[in-house]
Amino acid sequence: MTELKVTAEPESHEVRTEREIDAPRDLVFRAFKEPELLAQWLGPRRYEMEIDTYEFRDGGRWRYIHKDDQGNTFGFHGVFHGDPSPNSMVQTFEFEGYPGHVSLDTVVLEDRGDKTLIRTGSVFQSVEDRDGMVQSGMADGMREGYDRLDELTAKLVANS
Amino acid sequence: METATIEITEGQLDEVFGALADRTRRAILARLAEGEASVNELCAPFAVSQPAISQHLKVLERAGLISRSRRGTARLSHLEAEPLREAVAWLGEYREYWEESYERLDELLGAIQEERSARTDQGRSSS
Repeated sequence: MTELKVTAEPESHEVRTEREIDAPRDLVFRAFKEPELLAQWLGPRRYEMEIDTYEFRDGGRWRYIHKDDQGNTFGFHGVFHGDPSPNSMVQTFEFEGYPGHVSLDTVVLEDRGDKTLIRTGSVFQSVEDRDGMVQSGMADGMREGYDRLDELTAKLVANS
Repeated sequence: METATIEITEGQLDEVFGALADRTRRAILARLAEGEASVNELCAPFAVSQPAISQHLKVLERAGLISRSRRGTARLSHLEAEPLREAVAWLGEYREYWEESYERLDELLGAIQEERSARTDQGRSSS
């Protein structure tokens, strides 16, 4: 089982992730490039994904919407910068629930033969923005009430 | 499914996760969730010396996970749940989003690859 690694240094504007996928790079690239594929994997299952715009080219715009079963919608949009390639997909990213707070996201697909390492980096405008964005859970509805300590410790034990 | 690793290199969150990396310290927190306790009370359930428990309490205090006060000669420890909540919520949600996305990507690409190889096999057998 491949593991998702999340690196978020305190006092930094950045969040990085790494995850290996058991598929060759060209195929993984397609899953980012083709909106009909992207819609099938991006975001948690409990959200319905609607891709409104997806212009996968330098200067192209993108916008998608996550919908939950309560009818809440969470829109995101941005612009691609530079010609997207497996070596570098650069885009701005903005949650419409938090307008004016934009991150610059880079995805790099590293060829590992039959496998591919996906590296992502998101640079926010400030540490507060980064923490706010991560804390809002990409969408407010994702927050769960961690009220009880036993729930918390169970999770932390599992993580450690 | 909990498969993620968490890597934080400095600062408060680092302290929190560092403090939580130890089984005894997690057990101390679980005990404090039931209410404040003195060092002696905390020693009782663990096969650990009092200086060792005091050392663990120092680490937890530095991470902001507990606060300490005096009652007579006893020093009482109290759980401070907020940093814990923040640490879990903070990374948990981001990680959850991507972990689940990548699980779905695994499934999708697995299905595409199967389809491809099935087609290749078909091509071979018909030629």
